[in-house]
Amino acid sequence: MDTGDTAWVLTSAALVLLMTPGLALFYGGMVRSKSVLNMMMMSFSSLALIGVIWVLYGYSLSFGNDLGGGLLGDPTDFWGLKGLMSPDALVFTVPSLAFVAFQSVFAIITVALISGAIADRARFGPWLLFSWIWATIVYFPVCHWVFDFNGSTGTDFVGGWIANNLKAIDFAGGTAVHINAGAAGLALALVLGKRKGFGKEAMRPHNLTLVMIGAGLLWFGWFGFNAGSALGANTLAAVTWMNTLSATAAAALGWLLLEKIRDGKPTSLGAASGIVAGLVAITPSCSSVSPIGALIIGFLAGIFCALAVGLKYKFGYDDSLDVVGVHLIGGIWGTLSVGLLATASAPAAVDGLFYGGGVDQLWRQAVGAGAVLAFSFIVTLVIGFAIEKSIGFRISEEEEVEGIDGVEHAESAYDFTGSGGGSGFASGHLAAATAPTQEGVNA
Amino acid sequence: MKLVTAVIKPHKWEDVREALETFGVTGMTVSEVSGYGRQKGHTEVYRGAEYDIALVPKIRIEIVVDNDDADDVVGIIVKTAQTGRIGDGKVWVSPVETVVRVRTGDRDEAAL
Repeated sequence: MDTGDTAWVLTSAALVLLMTPGLALFYGGMVRSKSVLNMMMMSFSSLALIGVIWVLYGYSLSFGNDLGGGLLGDPTDFWGLKGLMSPDALVFTVPSLAFVAFQSVFAIITVALISGAIADRARFGPWLLFSWIWATIVYFPVCHWVFDFNGSTGTDFVGGWIANNLKAIDFAGGTAVHINAGAAGLALALVLGKRKGFGKEAMRPHNLTLVMIGAGLLWFGWFGFNAGSALGANTLAAVTWMNTLSATAAAALGWLLLEKIRDGKPTSLGAASGIVAGLVAITPSCSSVSPIGALIIGFLAGIFCALAVGLKYKFGYDDSLDVVGVHLIGGIWGTLSVGLLATASAPAAVDGLFYGGGVDQLWRQAVGAGAVLAFSFIVTLVIGFAIEKSIGFRISEEEEVEGIDGVEHAESAYDFTGSGGGSGFASGHLAAATAPTQEGVNA
Repeated sequence: MKLVTAVIKPHKWEDVREALETFGVTGMTVSEVSGYGRQKGHTEVYRGAEYDIALVPKIRIEIVVDNDDADDVVGIIVKTAQTGRIGDGKVWVSPVETVVRVRTGDRDEAAL
């Protein structure tokens, strides 16, 4: 065991955990004020629900010994994280539970990312049911495919097919996290249908300052996501850290430039979105490209994603907060960019097409991206339709107009009625059941 | 007595208040309101999607004054709030039948 590596992995795990509340702010600011709480709850519920099932069987399905074909880990190997408290339980140079912790927060945020596609209209209970089923039969298998290297989590353990057989490079989750969540978001947006008034009524972001704070927290946490995936305090971590900064900065510029040219003004939402697009694109590629390569990947990610967010109006699907435009498109671009811009001088030591490596790595990247996209999209469609047809997934039209926060959570996010001290008349009063009794007041 | 109601551009509100105070107006009711006139709204762009925002923010001032002061008050508001560009707002005057001061029960002119 290496204490420096362990310290970095545990720190990174905490950084990545903060990304989910960051995502809640990023998404929450973008919806209307009547649905911000539900939007944020879809992220926070992922912290709660996935946190529990990861302990029970999620880690084992992802990182247990392969059941066959590199498709799924054995759920009995680490059921309830058994056997992992021993000082001898290591993954590379860190305690197994540090690795378990680091991977847990990846599962949590991947589920939360999907929620942006179905803002304002998904019932909370069915969302929880969806999260549970989706994590179990989509995320955990794909996590096994991409992140489980042979022999890493147990002696002679066999890992997943994308990591070990296909040898596509997905350093921190361009396929497993972003293409996966993006394809699922597209499928769910199709299952649930458009919000009432989509494409006609104004659905302006209600609080862009929240969006900016969220983007900042995501960027901060993402250094844990990418540099933490080095699983050590070493050169690989330093390279991926710097590439993460490079790509993200360039992506923000790219998005703003496109807006300035196309729409006339560079916007704060564009800056925040560009940041996330750059982070997504550099996630798979940060170990295999140079900082200059990262600048190119990021800049183009900003351009591509800024163009892609308009597709939903053209094709008429209501991917409310652009999970497809940012995460699916950014994830595909980032994953393919490894095949184009990888350089043997980077830690992954592979040459891409533009560095004389031919198309060998490029086709591996394309197969990995395509496989995750197709699997996630199809299985999500099935889960989504099953829930919609059985217990119902969507709130009623009347409830949607009223606002999902009140309908699903019996809360409203903001009370602006109080003026000059105390609550205003529109704040209501304590219900009889809650108000202090006379005895209580006298005492 | 007259009720003077003015809807003006928000950034002119401080100037108007000062001018009215100098003239001797001792109180008013002010609200933040939204609306549109010939100015119409404006356009905002979010992730490339254009929104026509029909309502623009305005300040509404309501003042009850003596009949003799109504024209002066209107004049002050118009002079101070004017920028000459579209969207400067409107001022109108309506008759008021009765005014009662809640604290004392004073009525009409005594209550102003």
